[in-house]
Amino acid sequence: MGSMKEIFNSLFLKELLKGMAVTGKYFFARKITVQYPEEKTPQSFRFRGLHALRRYPNGEERCIACKLCEAICPALAITIEAEPRDDGSRRTTRYDIDLTKCIFCGFCEEACPVDAIVETRIFEYHGEKRGDLYYTKQMLLANGDRYESQIAQDRELDAPYR
Amino acid sequence: MDALMSFGQGIFGGAWPAVWTLLKIVVIVAPLMLSVAYLTWAERKVIGYMQVRIGPNRVGPWGLIQPIADGLKLLLKEIIVPSSANKGIFLIAPMLAIAPALAAWAVVPFTDTLVLANIDASLLYIMAITSMGVYGIILSGWASNSKYAFLGAMRSAAQMVSYEISMGFSLICVLMVSNSLNLVDIVNVQNQGRFADWGLSFLSWNWLPMLPMFLVYLISGVAETNRAPFDVAEGESEIVAGFHVEYSGMAFAVFFLAEYANMILVAALTSIMFLGGWLSPVGFLPDGILWLFAKMSAILFLFLWFRATFPRYRYDQLMRLGWKVFVPICIVWLVVVGVWMMSPLNIWK
Repeated sequence: MGSMKEIFNSLFLKELLKGMAVTGKYFFARKITVQYPEEKTPQSFRFRGLHALRRYPNGEERCIACKLCEAICPALAITIEAEPRDDGSRRTTRYDIDLTKCIFCGFCEEACPVDAIVETRIFEYHGEKRGDLYYTKQMLLANGDRYESQIAQDRELDAPYR
Repeated sequence: MDALMSFGQGIFGGAWPAVWTLLKIVVIVAPLMLSVAYLTWAERKVIGYMQVRIGPNRVGPWGLIQPIADGLKLLLKEIIVPSSANKGIFLIAPMLAIAPALAAWAVVPFTDTLVLANIDASLLYIMAITSMGVYGIILSGWASNSKYAFLGAMRSAAQMVSYEISMGFSLICVLMVSNSLNLVDIVNVQNQGRFADWGLSFLSWNWLPMLPMFLVYLISGVAETNRAPFDVAEGESEIVAGFHVEYSGMAFAVFFLAEYANMILVAALTSIMFLGGWLSPVGFLPDGILWLFAKMSAILFLFLWFRATFPRYRYDQLMRLGWKVFVPICIVWLVVVGVWMMSPLNIWK
């Protein structure tokens, strides 16, 4: 008897009509499309986008060339060279991030003992040549200078969870 | 009209009938191509809406210029012929695919007078011509000299042959009750009967007494046009793009046009055979070509709805459906209709 019912159901396309009822219902549903350049989805303060190197308020760069970020980077995207500066403090002479290698995991940010390397919310950047996405120390410091207020605000918001 | 005829006769002389026929062909094919373009737009919109998206909306208002932009893009692209392909057949195959899709329109009646060629065996002509469409697909798969394309072509050939049978059977039922192979007669017969006399002619149309055949024809039509859920010939996830994997630019676009022209053709044929063509569903409204277009649009919307809803059939399930379900149903209903017609309950006298 059960198999008769099954045959009956399949001949009258019962399950197919059920499926069509679902799509038919969604045809009239409110659309959830976010029209990207004009509208944007909300971002978390933990968003991991373009990298930046930060400075202390007095203008001194934070990075102490401990190379923890270089060591932890799973994609080997960070290259650091360092030597003592004239005043005896240890500073980098080279701090490059190859953004074509970077996987934006945020490990560098977490490894950093002085909050020097951070990832900003910026994700709308581009390069027209492969080399354009190879960020040097100067470019990363410039990013930090440009977005410092936003970066500081995001660290502040994240502080209770750290 | 007479003035136009004598004017044409004056200019072209003896060649006028040929020129006049060509003009009529253009009048059918040009709007057809435009509807094909906008069917692709409608498909993207409808499927988008069913997926809670809004679909194309950037090119022109509501994305209305999108099909034109797509067409221009494809026109400007290079047609790449694979080095080991059979060049001649490779380039002829898309034309073989689109020619039957267009040729079938020669006998499709838009109203009882508006038909390019009102021939007596038009149903037979349709069945013959639409069967030719598979050659374009087989040859493209063969000439591409690519494994995926060949697999797609093989699948398509087997599928089309299987579903042609159930399609033919359902049309035989229509032919039996209409007692004619002429599409105009087939529609006119649907305007007779008790319900039509009561002014409810939509209950006299063929779809009601032949509901199983109507469904079989509609589903076989989806299969014949290689549309989802019967799109095994171009199943993206298994065989990349199937038979047209090696095609690019305009050669690809022609396959695309053929598929959508076939969809519109199947919609038109379903409307004519089962839904009373240009007949008005109720007595107090006049018949007219707009009814045919409305019915075609409804069926095309169903096609898009199917595509948004159903996952692709597995190949063996597809064959099972064709041979073990549709063909038996058709044969049973053929007998039912035959007995019905011989019995005193015959409604088609």
